Amino acid sequence: MSTPASPNREMLRITDLHAYYGESHILHGIDLRIGRGECATLLGRNGSGRTTTLKSILGLVGRRTGSIMLNGKEIIAEPTHRMARHGIGYVPEERAIFASLSAEENLMLPPQVASGGMSIAEIYEMFPNLAERRSSPGTKLSGGEQQMLAMARVLRTGAKLLLLDEITEGLAPVIVKKLGEVITELKTRGFTIVLVEQNFRFAAPLADRHYVLEHGEIIATISREELPEKMDWLHQTLGV
Amino acid sequence: MEIFGIPSALLGSQLLIGLINGSFYAILSLGLAIIFGLLNIINFAHGAQYMMGAFIAWLALTKFGINYWVALIATPIIVGAFGVFLERTMLRKLYKLDHLYGLLLTFGIALIIEGIFRDQFGISGQSYDVPELLAGGVSLGFMFLPIYRGWIIVAALTVCFGTWFMIEKTKLGAYLRAGTENPQMVQALGINVPLLITFTYGYGVALAAFAGVLAAPVFQVNPLMGSHLIIVVFAVVVIGGMGSIMGSIVTGLGLGLIEGLTKVFYPEASSVIVFVIMVIVLLVRPAGLFGRT
Repeated sequence: MSTPASPNREMLRITDLHAYYGESHILHGIDLRIGRGECATLLGRNGSGRTTTLKSILGLVGRRTGSIMLNGKEIIAEPTHRMARHGIGYVPEERAIFASLSAEENLMLPPQVASGGMSIAEIYEMFPNLAERRSSPGTKLSGGEQQMLAMARVLRTGAKLLLLDEITEGLAPVIVKKLGEVITELKTRGFTIVLVEQNFRFAAPLADRHYVLEHGEIIATISREELPEKMDWLHQTLGV
Repeated sequence: MEIFGIPSALLGSQLLIGLINGSFYAILSLGLAIIFGLLNIINFAHGAQYMMGAFIAWLALTKFGINYWVALIATPIIVGAFGVFLERTMLRKLYKLDHLYGLLLTFGIALIIEGIFRDQFGISGQSYDVPELLAGGVSLGFMFLPIYRGWIIVAALTVCFGTWFMIEKTKLGAYLRAGTENPQMVQALGINVPLLITFTYGYGVALAAFAGVLAAPVFQVNPLMGSHLIIVVFAVVVIGGMGSIMGSIVTGLGLGLIEGLTKVFYPEASSVIVFVIMVIVLLVRPAGLFGRT
């Protein structure tokens, strides 16, 4: 199918990744490579292991084995809080906005891990709603505003690899369109993005490569160029 | 002068005692609330750690000649370090289990600590003189105020509101509040939550020890002084709302005052009034007066 990222511009390489929740074996040997500045999607039906793949990268699952190389460095043995320090920004499916913090406190919570993060002014320019709601408690924001806040929170830190889980879920079309523009803008700024997405129409034009998961394994890798000829198969596999 | 048929001196002195007890309730329940909020552990050793604070201050004075003011700073650090040791070696292993396991472990630790102190010092109380600077009293016109008792209230309020400020208004406090809600996500954002938990437990224990040093000159220093107080403090935490910072402070002080007033108007109920209120609060608002439902 598609050619993986060449080693010299490779940002993330996952090899034979297995993940477990208690006795349950969820991921059965995931292999994927993502180059610097690329946007890749993880596609699949519910329960196929897409979210678990993101959580495994961060060490948020019970146990994991295999290899996770970030910029050529093995990081699988490192604790979760070190992952952000390596430049990984995570936007979870449930957004995880903290109710006891104001919008701006939520935004300022993560420590800056590297230079090159977006300034507050740039963030408020990208998400003007957040500027207006900066003093509101985090969970009093609308779903769309919370999603923007969850994105903005990691953009400030200097993270270069963004793991975005179902960011369009439950949002109005106008917000989804805005998020699409944001992802496009982030790509032009050189961010590397791994996108777990149910909304294939949203993800298809943004991604350079699609990984299709089923039962905790990658069953296909499809590049942007291969996408038109694989559409029927994808529709059948994903039920979209 | 009389108020509601009660001599003002009697009413004032009981209110003062209530406020002093309330100050201890507030510091101790604040420590418990912080620990429960982040660690999800009901720290039953809190009373023993309060007692350790009083005893270490007493030992420092009688064995080493270390004065009250040094003990007031050094003792919370020493007992807090002991708390860090407990968290690192024992409590850490229980975070993924039900609250009950933490409660049982800390209850066991409390019994061991109390047992050691009983063995070493017996149960007859030791006295600790009021520091010279705070000896004596002042007449307020309607009552006499011992300076040390006034100091307890000032010191307790300062520490309580200082802690509140740290939690509500600083970056460290934002980490604590966020960690209380969703520790996994806070870790994913790059914050070292295990270290935060260790610090939090150590700080909560240090607050108990601080209360212990404050208490040494007014109560008898004895191995059971913590276990007598801690049951009331747990009731205060339940009434305020488990994990609520402002709830602990306001409820602690408020219940101390209510207890004091009950001693004036209906003394027979003074030792149970806190528990009566706890039952009513549990029935009407189970999350506590300041807790999130």
